[in-house]
This record gives sequence, structure tokens and C-alpha cells, in this order.
Amino acid sequence: MSHHIVEAADLEYSYPDGTPALKGVSFRIEHGESVGIVGANGAGKSTLLMHLNGCLLAGKGTVRVGDFPVTGQTLPQVRRSVGTVFQDPDDQLFMPTVEEDVAFGPLNMHLPPAEVESRVSASLESVNALHLRKRPPYKLSGGEKRAAAIATALSMSPDILVMDEPTSGLDPRARRKLIGLLAGFMHTKIIASHDLDMIYALCGRTIVLHEGRVAADGPTASILANHDLLAGCGLELPLSLQGCPVCANIKKAE
Amino acid sequence: MSRIDVLARDMESLDLLASRDTPVRRLDPRAKAAVTAMFLGTVVSFGKYEIAEMTPLFLYPAAILALGQVPARVLFRYLLFASPFALLAGMFNPVLDRETAISLGALDVPGGWISFASIMLRFMLTVSAVLLLLACTGYVQVCAALGRLGAPRIVITQFLLLHRYMFILSDEAARMTRAHMLRSRDGRGPGIRVWASLAGHLLLHAHDRGSRTHSAMLARGFDGSLPSLRAFRWSWADTCFLAGCGGFFVLARFGNLAERLGDLMGFAV
Repeated sequence: MSHHIVEAADLEYSYPDGTPALKGVSFRIEHGESVGIVGANGAGKSTLLMHLNGCLLAGKGTVRVGDFPVTGQTLPQVRRSVGTVFQDPDDQLFMPTVEEDVAFGPLNMHLPPAEVESRVSASLESVNALHLRKRPPYKLSGGEKRAAAIATALSMSPDILVMDEPTSGLDPRARRKLIGLLAGFMHTKIIASHDLDMIYALCGRTIVLHEGRVAADGPTASILANHDLLAGCGLELPLSLQGCPVCANIKKAE
Repeated sequence: MSRIDVLARDMESLDLLASRDTPVRRLDPRAKAAVTAMFLGTVVSFGKYEIAEMTPLFLYPAAILALGQVPARVLFRYLLFASPFALLAGMFNPVLDRETAISLGALDVPGGWISFASIMLRFMLTVSAVLLLLACTGYVQVCAALGRLGAPRIVITQFLLLHRYMFILSDEAARMTRAHMLRSRDGRGPGIRVWASLAGHLLLHAHDRGSRTHSAMLARGFDGSLPSLRAFRWSWADTCFLAGCGGFFVLARFGNLAERLGDLMGFAV
């Protein structure tokens, strides 16, 4: 069984207006890995993630999720394996209440009502949002919306969790809570983000995208400490690796 | 607070009213939707000069207003907001139809004025009934009930998504108008040219958001319909409500109720 493996081989994609977004991306992510996808704006991160759940199909090359190549025919199987958390939770929370949103995926899988109910409760509990179940999504705070959006993906019991900018728009405490929450998930995780400190905290491996190509792929600790590599790809060192600005000023003064 | 903000808050207020526990709220949404449909059918079945015959029907919204504990000012605000449409629909009747329809002593009243009054009465009755249904049931429950009563799935899906994204788009519109106001001279509202541009941007934003939401729905197995968790329970109270209201509407339509009430109270209609 290879149902937790994600593999892209020479993946290329251009948008309908002809703008190339991915130019031969290749990687293989094994079961249980946490992988960060980083890159400057327009590097192709979100486009790549959209290929992993079949919202976009490869123009050239292949994407495989577990035992299935991602094609029009295999979408139901692929989407059952891959839970996606989109960048803006308002795009993901479209039902009148949180519980109906979380139940949306399981109901579409035609599960029995008791199973749907148990998945809704378990998913909301795992993101500490059980108290939000009867609330309308537009009434939630940014952090609560994010938790609810993650619960909508978890309720489908995915093998692989794909997240696009999960910490964007969160205040520091909500961000810290979310990092703690994600660290507890045992899924294969693929996280695209500009929040390099979050990637540093959560992902053992990082793939750097630059202008639609893989610029680097390796252990997070060495990639995110490589100033020249990051600068060449329009990125900066994570704040946690930049040193204390107060101490630096003291040193300068001395 | 801008007008768009006020409108969004008004839309929310109906949902908030629907969340309160009242005798009307406890009825099955299907019963309320069916009774409202019967009421609308009864109102539109009257002839264009039958004003007096229609008046007993005001008892229905009055009863629901009281039993559903809906503040009358909320209802009047909505009626006032929608009234220009009704005025527009009937404003030419007095000009086009000048034949005398009834004489009140020495005063000859042209048919156009009677039919205009009839349009306004119908507007008040029908819009009140629909607003009271929403205020005593909730938009989502009404949609679910319509679905159970056989309305096409695609229409219900559209209604539900419209409700969900109405708030997001109204927020977006409010932010855009606020940003404009802060940069305009004397904080004036946008002129017609700027409005066109704002509306165009809002449309493009709505399209982008629609595409992203569709992707999110597909990622969770969307197959064209919004599945529902809600279960309805039909009780004796629902049967009584349906039969009672239905009987009253039949009596009001065919039983000359207005004339009988007038006779009873000593008035001639």
C-alpha cells in the first residue's frame, strides 16, 4: 500500500492566459512526512497545491496521490485521500452553520447519519471548536474560522493534509495555538506558507519554489538557514534564525 | 455606519429573530411554508377591484406578528424599503384607467385608483407574509422546507449560497465604499461613475470568490446539491395550523367575510 505517498514528476502548468506557473516540478513525499512549500509571491505554491487535490490537472507530467494518478477519472479517490485547507477560510466555509460545513464532506461520501455525527463531533473536538458547532461561519473570529476550516478537512478522515497559508491573518496567540494543533496531527502534511518560522517549527523537510521550479529540496534546518539560497529566491531567514535585534544593537554599540 | 452596513445588519436581524423560541417558531417549517404559499395564492386570486374583500386577510399577518413576537417596526422597515417597487408597478394605473368604478356619495372614484390601492394592499400582505415566515423560521430552515416540499435542488442550493455570501459581499461592498469615502472630498458618497467602477470590482471579486469556493466544494465531494443535516418532525399542532389557516383563507376568499363582518358591526360595504 502506498496510499499516503504524494509524487509529482516533471509537472508543468500554464494558466489559460498563457502565464506559465509550474515548469517541471518533481518531488516525492513519503508517508507521515511534514513538508513545507515556500517561495516568494507568484512562485507557484498555491498552483502546486491545487494539483494535489485535482482542482487543477497537470498540463504536462504527472501527479500521483497514493495508488492513483490525479486525473479526471480518479478525482473521487484522490479527494477522499487529500484534505485541503484553503488560504481564505471564508472560501471554505459556505454552509449556514459550522456543523453543517464540517458534515458537508462526510454527507457527500454518503456515510450513515450516526457516522456523520460522530465525525463532526470528533473533528470539531480535535481543533477545540466543539462549542462553535451551531454558530454561523460569518460570525466567527479569524482563528475560529481557521479551526473550523481545518475541521471540515479532518471530517473526511484524509490521509494527507494540504494547507495553503494556514497562519495568514491570525494574531500571535491564535497562530501559536494553530502551530501546536498542527504539530499534534499524525497525517502526512504539506504546508505552503510565507511564515517560515511556522515551517521551521512544523516541517522536517522544505521544498523551495522559485519561478515555477524547485530551487531546493531538503531538511528544513539546513534550507531555512541558507541565507544565500533564500535571498536568491526572494525570501529571508526566519525571524527565529535572524538573531535578537536588541543584542545586535548592543554588540554594534560595543 | 454606511447604508450597506445597515442593510447587512437588517438581513441578520431576521435570522436573529428566527432563533428565538416562540409558538410559531416551534411549528414545522414545512407547515409554515405551505401556509404562506396558500396565503400568497389567496391574495393574488382576488380581482383587481376587490379591495374590501381582501381586508380580512390582514388578520393572518397580524396573528403571526403577535404569536411570533416579531417587532412591528422591523416589518415596517422592510415594507418601506421594498415599497418603491410596488409604487412603480401601480403608479400608472390612475392615469390609464379613468372609468368610474364606484361612487362614494357624490365622489366618483376611477378604477385606476382602486386597482392602485389593490396593488399596494397585495404588496403589504404578500411581503409581510414572506418576511414573517423568514422571521419566525429562519432563511436556512425555509430553504430546507422548500426542498422537502419538492422545490428543485439547484434552486435551493443557489438560495443557500446566496444567503451565505450575501454577508461576505456586503462586507466587501461596505469596505470599498468606506475606502472611497475616506478619500473623497467632504466624505461624499460615490457619484454614478465611481459607483459603476465599484460595482464592476465587486462583481470581479464575487467571481473570484465564487471560483475559489467552488474549488473548496469540489475538494469535499460536491456533486451539485447541498446535503442537509436537519430532520423535521410533523406534529398535530402543524396539522391544526395548516387546516385552520387553510380554512380561514377559503372563508376569506369565498365566504364574503368582509361583508359579513361589516353587517355584524353595522357597516355597509
